[in-house]
Amino acid sequence: MIEVRDIYKTYGDIEAVRGVDFTVHAGEIFGFLGPNGAGKTTTINILCTLIKPTSGSASLAGYNVVDDAEKVRSSIGIVFQDPSLDERLTAHENLEFHGMIYGVPKVDRRGRISNVLKMVELWDRRDDIVKTFSGGMKRRLEIARGLMHNPRVLFLDEPTLGLDPQTRNRIWEYIRDLRQRENITIFLTTHYMDEAENCDRIAIIDNGKIISLDTPAKLKSMVGGDVITLSTSDNKVAIEEIKKSHSIEALEQDSKIVLEVPDGEGFLAKLVHSISVSIDSISLRRPTLDDVFLKLTGRTMREETMGPLDSFKAQVRMRR
Amino acid sequence: MHNLRAVYSIWLRDLIRYRRDKYRLISSLAQPALFLFVFGNGLARGLAIDVQRTGGGQESYVSFIFPGIIGMTLLFTSVFTAVSIVWDREFGFLKEVMVAPISRWSIAVGKALGGSTVALIQGVIVLLLAPFLGLKLSFLTLIALIPLMYLISISLTSMGIVIAVKMETMEGFQMVLNFLVMPLFVLSGAMFPLSSLPPWLSVLTRVNPLSYGVDALRGLMLGPSLAEFPLGFDVMLLSIFAVIMMFFAVFLFNRT
Ligand SMILES: Nc1ncnc2c1ncn2[C@@H]1O[C@H](COP(=O)(O)OP(=O)(O)OP(=O)(O)O)[C@@H](O)[C@H]1O
Ligand SMILES: [Mg+2]
Repeated sequence: MIEVRDIYKTYGDIEAVRGVDFTVHAGEIFGFLGPNGAGKTTTINILCTLIKPTSGSASLAGYNVVDDAEKVRSSIGIVFQDPSLDERLTAHENLEFHGMIYGVPKVDRRGRISNVLKMVELWDRRDDIVKTFSGGMKRRLEIARGLMHNPRVLFLDEPTLGLDPQTRNRIWEYIRDLRQRENITIFLTTHYMDEAENCDRIAIIDNGKIISLDTPAKLKSMVGGDVITLSTSDNKVAIEEIKKSHSIEALEQDSKIVLEVPDGEGFLAKLVHSISVSIDSISLRRPTLDDVFLKLTGRTMREETMGPLDSFKAQVRMRR
Repeated sequence: MHNLRAVYSIWLRDLIRYRRDKYRLISSLAQPALFLFVFGNGLARGLAIDVQRTGGGQESYVSFIFPGIIGMTLLFTSVFTAVSIVWDREFGFLKEVMVAPISRWSIAVGKALGGSTVALIQGVIVLLLAPFLGLKLSFLTLIALIPLMYLISISLTSMGIVIAVKMETMEGFQMVLNFLVMPLFVLSGAMFPLSSLPPWLSVLTRVNPLSYGVDALRGLMLGPSLAEFPLGFDVMLLSIFAVIMMFFAVFLFNRT
């Protein structure tokens, strides 16, 4: 459904995308996971014809995104990362406008609008000016708008950033339902772990390059087994001791020691005995995609707990 | 067909926004009224001689500038509405329109029609002041004024779009206001006869589309003797300008 071949995009000296290459199959939920500035939004903008790639080619539903831009646009829907509503119009007018420029027939428009507005619980506010909405309400309205015309490919750029868990769940239910009924293809970027788990396949992107692409389960199996996190009174000493007695690699992250072992439960007791400094806390968990990113790059992505930049972005959204 | 509906939606959106904006409605009346009052009374005596020299002896200065004030209203409203494209870009709404499955020309055309319709409405509102200035307009003149005002508006809105498409910030728009719109207004003959300007400036007044707009308005409202050119000539030049600007606007939209 989407074919991307060796795309580059440079802005002056900045190389936003450096040779991205992947295929998304029809009916698939495909995720882009990566830290701020990785090139996720830039890739989406190229695929939805808003910007042209510096080099490389991409096609969507069989149409080239540069040469057949208009045909590409008639196959897609998108929820942008940044606000894109007309705040002087009412919620209903925003959707009506969208339906008209996307060619939703008049007979269908009314039903679709009420469906999506009810889904995001804005039906009661449909005739209010968008300017009077809270940040979360505006976001919900944008999502409703993106889903309204049943596109073949739906792009969601950090769709649920700053929304509460119930709303996120409801939106995901709707999306999964939509996919089942209409067999749409979904391309999303996210910073939420649980959202990434919804994907059939995930591309991990860093510094404008895809560093890994697979199913969430396969990706996590790259991390050798379980993840143990512990904090001690002296992490440096502890790391040395772990290396010596078990000959495994341990990393320090946010003043916590992180290590991977094939059999977590069995290893815990041995681990505790091999450390001489006092242990403040210790935990064992199944690997997450964040661990995969850590493994691949040596850095954390900080998705589950929002990083400072993310919460800043969320705040910016809310204010607008 | 689908693109025509897109033109209609973009046009409709501009009208809805205009209807909600009470502030604009009031200021659209206040500014021309202020101009008419200040210039019509205070400065009239000093300039009366000049007006008479143009051959329209019996007309008062207020009625002389009235068509110019309408031209001013059309100019400011047209450019302002067109430049809302810059706002749309800043608020992200332009992206929503740009990814829609519609031809780019329909965005440019919809915007041009929307902006010029709003300008026409504003122009008509100012026109309603005519009786208070002692200006008697026949019903036929009023009917003829509407398409003329629309033609002027559409050429100015298209010009505004050409400027706005490439503009990234509101500060840039401020500069356009100072360096383009104000000179267009001052050098259009709206407030004084162009014949009273030094000859070297006449090059500028000749390439100014608003000159022909004001000239045509004046000819229609006050009689052909006060106009510099025949109405048909003004209309022809305005139409040519409108078509060129429209093509240019569509071309630029296609490239972004
Ligand atoms: N219009 C632009 N001009 C210059 N640089 C840009 C532009 N757009 C993006 N960039 C740069 O390209 C890089 C990738 O940006 P992009 O928006 O694609 O990141 P992202 O993965 O979406 O990040 P985030 O998670 O913060 O949304 C960044 O370094 C950014 O500064
Ligand atoms: Mg982004």
